[in-house]
Amino acid sequence: MEVSTYRRVVTIVNPNGLHARPADQMVKVASQYKCRIEICKGHERVDGRSIISLLTLAAEQGTELVIEAEGEDAQSAVEALAELIAHQFHEAHEE
Amino acid sequence: MKFSDFISREAIRANLRAEDKEGVIREMTQALLEAGRIATDEYESIVKAILKREELGSTGIGRGVAVPHTKHPSVDRLVGTVAVSDSGVDFHSLDGEKVELLFLLISPPDRPGDHLRALENISRQLRDDTFCRFLKQAKTAVDVTTLLDEADGNQVGS
Repeated sequence: MEVSTYRRVVTIVNPNGLHARPADQMVKVASQYKCRIEICKGHERVDGRSIISLLTLAAEQGTELVIEAEGEDAQSAVEALAELIAHQFHEAHEE
Repeated sequence: MKFSDFISREAIRANLRAEDKEGVIREMTQALLEAGRIATDEYESIVKAILKREELGSTGIGRGVAVPHTKHPSVDRLVGTVAVSDSGVDFHSLDGEKVELLFLLISPPDRPGDHLRALENISRQLRDDTFCRFLKQAKTAVDVTTLLDEADGNQVGS
């Protein structure tokens, strides 16, 4: 059986980078899907459902990340996460 | 960034007395005040800012750890402390677990990178089960600093 893998390159746009709140939001989105989700920064690859793992990336504004998902709803998962990041995690006011 | 770069040793509390979220935040901020890291007349403003940040979303990041924090104009560099709660505190964490280990961070408004790197250090170390467990079992501030120093020493580069 073929398993689909989807990948998307995204850039962190919000000024504060991937801190606790965005990491929390990513996990909430990722947890809605069944597929395997990993976020990569350079050679680092972490579980997209673990806040602590996402924080180890210390992804500042301007950092490129790769969202990779594998499984039946992989495409939707990748798109949802990419959208979240592109919309600056909906951070209207900087904390 | 190492723990020694942002954790104020004199503000470490290995046995928090408070058992609720606001209580432990106040206690940790008070510890920073007593350590001379924040100003007396900024205490209330800082506590309120930290609590407000919690309202946006719990800083309970899982594994029984929370990272309450805020930016504040009264500090010109990242100020932090660590505390242990024996009884555990309900932080409305994503994983539903009580929090036994807290890192409180106050950063200057214009330096998001420092805050991010502190979170990076904290989270990297927390991936080590032993480190996590030993910290939660710490009985004194010296126990805590020993563990933090060891973690700093084990870091390759910074």
